[in-house]
Amino acid sequence: MTTASTEGSAGELRHAIEFTRTTVRFGATTAVNGIELSVPAGRTTALIGPSGCGKTTLLRLAVGLQRADLGDVRVLGRRIESNSLAELRHSIGYVVQEGGLFPHLSCEKNVSIVAEFLGWDSERIRARMSELCALVQLPEDLIARAPSKLSGGQRQRVGLMRALFLDPELLLLDEPLAALDPMVRAELQDDLKQIFARLEKSVLLVTHDLAEAGYLGDELVLMRAGQVVQRGSLRELFEEPTDPFVTSFVSAQRGARDVLAEAAQ
Amino acid sequence: MRALALLLCLAACAPVSRDLRVGSKRFTESRVLGELGVIVARGTGATVAPRTEFGGTMLAWNALRTGAIDLYPDYTGTIINEILAGESIESAEELTEALAQHGIRSTAPLGFNNTYAIGLREERAHELGIERVSDLAQHPDLKLGFSNEFMDRADGWPGLRETYGLPQSDVRGLDHDVAYRALESGALDAIDLYSTDAEIDYYALRVLEDDRAYFPRYDAVFLYRAELATTAPTLVRELDRLAGKISEDAMVAMNARAKLELVPAATVASEFAASQLDLHVLTTERTLAERLWLRTKEHLTLVLISLFAAIVIAIPLGILAARRERLGQVVLAITGILQTVPSLALLVVMIPLLKLLGAPSTYLIGSAPAILALFLYGLLPIVRNTHQGLKDIPGDLRDAAEALGLSARAKLWRIELPLASTSILAGIKTSAVINIGTATLGALIGAGGYGQAILTGITLDDTALILEGALPAALLALIVEYGVRSKTRDYS
Ligand SMILES: Nc1ncnc2c1ncn2[C@@H]1O[C@H](COP(=O)(O)OP(=O)(O)O)[C@@H](O)[C@H]1O
Ligand SMILES: [Mg+2]
Repeated sequence: MTTASTEGSAGELRHAIEFTRTTVRFGATTAVNGIELSVPAGRTTALIGPSGCGKTTLLRLAVGLQRADLGDVRVLGRRIESNSLAELRHSIGYVVQEGGLFPHLSCEKNVSIVAEFLGWDSERIRARMSELCALVQLPEDLIARAPSKLSGGQRQRVGLMRALFLDPELLLLDEPLAALDPMVRAELQDDLKQIFARLEKSVLLVTHDLAEAGYLGDELVLMRAGQVVQRGSLRELFEEPTDPFVTSFVSAQRGARDVLAEAAQ
Repeated sequence: MRALALLLCLAACAPVSRDLRVGSKRFTESRVLGELGVIVARGTGATVAPRTEFGGTMLAWNALRTGAIDLYPDYTGTIINEILAGESIESAEELTEALAQHGIRSTAPLGFNNTYAIGLREERAHELGIERVSDLAQHPDLKLGFSNEFMDRADGWPGLRETYGLPQSDVRGLDHDVAYRALESGALDAIDLYSTDAEIDYYALRVLEDDRAYFPRYDAVFLYRAELATTAPTLVRELDRLAGKISEDAMVAMNARAKLELVPAATVASEFAASQLDLHVLTTERTLAERLWLRTKEHLTLVLISLFAAIVIAIPLGILAARRERLGQVVLAITGILQTVPSLALLVVMIPLLKLLGAPSTYLIGSAPAILALFLYGLLPIVRNTHQGLKDIPGDLRDAAEALGLSARAKLWRIELPLASTSILAGIKTSAVINIGTATLGALIGAGGYGQAILTGITLDDTALILEGALPAALLALIVEYGVRSKTRDYS
């Protein structure tokens, strides 16, 4: 896995993100421990693992919210540098773990804040807004409301709209469905699957739910204590575990086998 | 450089025609004499600014010396033993010369000697058989109470104790007006008096004979700035005409009118001017509504200007403190220390500070130092709450904002400050409430406002007047505290 393999002309980017021996420490805690991971471009990668294994920290590294203590991070073929950080961030849509909508702004303003900052005219903003409402299936009359006046599922859709507004190349989603009740969750999973298929973007999706990872991800990456334990399809995790931890992790999550069975039909 | 010096000189030397400013100290007699000065000045056709009151001799003297006021009444004994204490003045000529060194002149004595004296209730003095100050030495258990200034002055208690070998150890400093009440109630046995105090008769006090001639003469005079001789020669002539015109009885009567009958000082002075000096100047009595309106305007000016300045400076400081943790701790510590300075001390310190900063003399008293002090006082709550409000933005929102790729400025204005606004507004409200209360002390250095009524009310033991200042001040604080809803948005 050489860095040269990701470069070449703009159209043939093979890896959206590459972590090379990347380490992040918080005092005595090592959140990310010399990780080697490349996230393929144009596909959906699902990052799973127990709570505290470093998933959020990996996403934060990718948007330059966290500096690596050791090793290297390349995003969209570029190294993260402070002078081009804003520009890079405009190419990334990031939805933080709790959604991250600003309570003092209406949903609409939340969604269009960067476009306004970049000087888009109101016509263009309105057009993009309708387009995205249709994509994420949010009734257009809801976006004038404050975030607190929407349901949890609707808020996640608004968060997704904000991340997608500038049509970024890379989408980072941190446990987007974790806080939702099962019915809403299943519905959103279906919608997300469609959206990802339609957009063909590079997506890195964090979840601690194996079934969800298997349903939404083209490929799964299982982490433990700041390192990758195994990557592959859901079937591979079940049938060819490389580590006893993989076996115990997958067997603890019952619903996942149903996804596998469904996919097999 | 030279051009700048020239410019400064031009600005300083330019003849500024401005209102004549008359000052006084805070006690009744000084206030009446001050009003008399105002009337005399008006009589010469000059436009005169409202009289400014000072909480102590050195405040008034410094205001005169720096040109913040043009004249005020004082006493020869005070000038020699307190103001020019270092210069051992023996004669009238030496006094004139010493004053001239400071660019100040004195009128001839107005006619009465208001010396210090020691007094007891007649009844108590009789019981103890005390007639002269030296008799006090036989009664070491007497409780003495002296005005704060008398406690410290070269011509006050320290010298008196030494001259008469007085043994009393229970000696406390208190406000002169409070002292009379303490004496009457029996809480004190003896207090210092001014010999023209109207209370001497009113409370039936025995004035002890100064048998070792300790107290010097305290002949009342007007002190004025020497340049008035050229800029306002008629005024100087009229002031000189007051020489010998006010007898001791006349002054005691005026004090009684002002202090015991609660007639406004301006009215007492104008009655005297009309009957004794044939000087008829209309003093218009203000109605309650007019007085309230005037003081409210003064008070709001102090509070609003200082608050506005504090907001403009404190919010950026709070942002800086949130950005740079180390520097932030320093900023918070400094503004915190400022708040622990007693408000009265902070107010008084502002006068030399402003002078040091090169402020023109007209800004050395009145609202400018008060506003500066209130501004410094108002910083901490706003700095602290801005810092805290920014620090309290939840981590996920902070990440979401940062990851958008906005400029630092846009992020601050569109996201961070609005999210911190509830906390910042609460800080501003705290500052406003503190300043509304503290501003009442501004009256001590001539800043006016509700404090003027409170202070004068204390001087005159006039509860109605005290309430006239205290109630609106409290009401204003309550309105800000409970009326201005800090918009606590419900984000849940
Ligand atoms: N800002 C921080 N300060 C200290 N420790 C942190 C910080 N952020 C994360 N950690 C620690 O790093 C580890 C990985 O955290 P995280 O990446 O949030 O895990 P995950 O998202 O997989 O639950 C955890 O042990 C967490 O406590
Ligand atoms: Mg996490």
